[in-house]
Amino acid sequence: MRFVDEFRDPAAARRLVRTIDSLVDEDRRYQFMEVCGGHTHTIYRHGIEQLLPDQIELVHGPGCPVCVIPMGRVDDAIHVAEHEGLIFTSFGDMMRVPGSEGDNLLAAKARGADVRMVYSPLDALQVALDEPDREVVFFAVGFETTAPSTAVTLLKAQALGVRNFSVFCNHVTIVPPLRAILESPDLRLDGFIGPGHVSTVIGNRPYRFVPRDYGKPLVTAGFEPLDVLQSIEMLLRQLREGRCEVENQYTRIVRDEGNPQALAILARVFSLRPHFEWRGMGFISQSALQIGEDFATFDAERRYEVPGVRVADPKSCQCGEVLKGVIKPWECKVFGTACTPETPIGTCMVSSEGACAAYYNFGRLRHAAVPDDVTALPVA
Amino acid sequence: MATHDHAHESEREAEVLDNIERMRRRRPRLKEDTITLAHGAGGKASAALTDAVFLEAFRNEALEPLGDAAEVVLPSGERLAMSTDSFVVNPWRFPGGSIGSLAVHGTVNDLAVAGARPRWLTAGFVLEEGLAVDELRWITEDMARAAERAGVTIVSGDTKVVGTGAADGLYINTTGVGVIPAGRRLGAEQVRPGDKVLVSGSLGDHGMAVMLARGDLALDADIVSDSAPLDGLVEALLAAAPDTRWLRDATRGGVGTVCNELAKATERGVVLSERALPIHAPVAGACDILGIDPLYVANEGKLIAVVPVEQARAGLEAMQTHEHGHEAAVIGEIREEPPGMVVMATAFGGSRIVDMLVGDPLPRIC
Repeated sequence: MRFVDEFRDPAAARRLVRTIDSLVDEDRRYQFMEVCGGHTHTIYRHGIEQLLPDQIELVHGPGCPVCVIPMGRVDDAIHVAEHEGLIFTSFGDMMRVPGSEGDNLLAAKARGADVRMVYSPLDALQVALDEPDREVVFFAVGFETTAPSTAVTLLKAQALGVRNFSVFCNHVTIVPPLRAILESPDLRLDGFIGPGHVSTVIGNRPYRFVPRDYGKPLVTAGFEPLDVLQSIEMLLRQLREGRCEVENQYTRIVRDEGNPQALAILARVFSLRPHFEWRGMGFISQSALQIGEDFATFDAERRYEVPGVRVADPKSCQCGEVLKGVIKPWECKVFGTACTPETPIGTCMVSSEGACAAYYNFGRLRHAAVPDDVTALPVA
Repeated sequence: MATHDHAHESEREAEVLDNIERMRRRRPRLKEDTITLAHGAGGKASAALTDAVFLEAFRNEALEPLGDAAEVVLPSGERLAMSTDSFVVNPWRFPGGSIGSLAVHGTVNDLAVAGARPRWLTAGFVLEEGLAVDELRWITEDMARAAERAGVTIVSGDTKVVGTGAADGLYINTTGVGVIPAGRRLGAEQVRPGDKVLVSGSLGDHGMAVMLARGDLALDADIVSDSAPLDGLVEALLAAAPDTRWLRDATRGGVGTVCNELAKATERGVVLSERALPIHAPVAGACDILGIDPLYVANEGKLIAVVPVEQARAGLEAMQTHEHGHEAAVIGEIREEPPGMVVMATAFGGSRIVDMLVGDPLPRIC
């Protein structure tokens, strides 16, 4: 594929890995957190961990927008979805995320709720336009990356005067959880592979507090495997040269100032929630968006009674510590027993790319190299 | 002291990993009280349902291997293969095929990869009240054409009509019988370390063609289903590589799922090379956009073959010269390690495990 293969070139990868090897101090360990679920996906999809020297450990961060939604909010979503005659629309990967007692939207659909998978909030609005006699709700999740598309959809719904459409808003923001991780007294991280697509919207400036207040370097990175390798190289270079700053690896898309137009519509449509619960991390103040007063009629939380019951994360779940790099997945008390990919408890097991799910599936292979000569045939 | 702690720690880690391995090898258990779409997706949930309900009720020697087709032996000693499959695909027409041609190819292919020469089919129709007869006519014409091309005869049929809303227009079931030539031995127990893993062509064409034909993705790409009968290809392969060990058609769940079934059935490692996987650019692109792994996307005219290394070249060339195997490729090898697992050398130079899917592949938001 043009413009894709170039970013997956194994020869360039080998060169980068050699540079990374040369930058690593043999006697120390490095823990870098990739904040985005998208980066974790790239790391596993392309087997990047096996390419890195043993001293480097990648810690998978909280940036998977579906797995940070707490059980209580999933319960609320299911409650709304089960309203008689209502059409509930959701992104695909949100449908398997468990609420309390393992219930999820796929199960609600199986019980008879009209739950439909959409690829964009605009598709959900289209469903509402196509079915004017039925109420349509969109389950909005995601960081600043997806929030602008929800905002655009609400602006359009308002302009069209649509009455049967509303949004169950669970948009979250990236900086507060990052700060929460950095505030942890037992933090062991040495640097961050910063969010790529979030930064196309918010820019690089909001991360300046990371090196300034907490002394950790951050490199905003793209999502192709060479992007991830290069961002690791940039982090190591900063550490080696004694620098500590925000750097931008994803220069082909991310601007320092972000996308002012997107930021403007976010400000117009949403306001900050005083606090929001994150699965595995508890309540974080000002970490989520709610639908603003001007768009109140499109707010599913005002239109429908939602139970709004907080379902506490199980005490045995240690996602918070895993996320901060304090313990390894296998050190968690419920890992692999009560908490498995089929019956996930915490955020780290919910997504196939959460730290625990990844370790569960790939742990045995962590440093075993797989030969690439398996297709060779003897000469006839 | 530090060394001691470190040793203790890795010991504990190994213990946890061993536990997971034991759990993983256990057949998945049915935990749900209600059927969800995941039970039909061909992954872990499907396996759990089959074990807990169907195998529990019907258990017998022919069924137990849970192959694509069952082998039954006549008093004369001749062996037959039997297989059944139901078709509920929507839309009925998609680039490269239809529910009619699929209903024939699906069952023919299940027989073919059991080593049988497909001979006879039955066709059962569940029709929803209100279905246009013209629709039914072109679908059955498609079936007839596909049957003729595959050399099978549709010898019996059944029709049921259900009320509006009780079915999605129409469903088709086909059951097939084929004859297994004397001396043919295919099975997981034949597989040896060093054997090569071959695929008969490109991955994911059918699944992506149908997904795009549904029209809700707002993606437009030149992707055509690979729906095709594989009996001729199997005969060509077995003539060139008579000691072929194992065959499977990579339908629902794709090549990734089939390779997992292979690894579990043989208790050996299946090592794949991502570079070697034939994937058409539009399929790779659409999968990339949707965050779906082409390894798990359905095919309807592709098989996976395990062939002893000394016959692999002949087998590969025989497939490549057949009309349904132009893009056949060697994609991997059977190894002792890691037992029961599929691992892949990525094109980027790393490696990863290719696991069973838990349910349907769901598009990702990020």
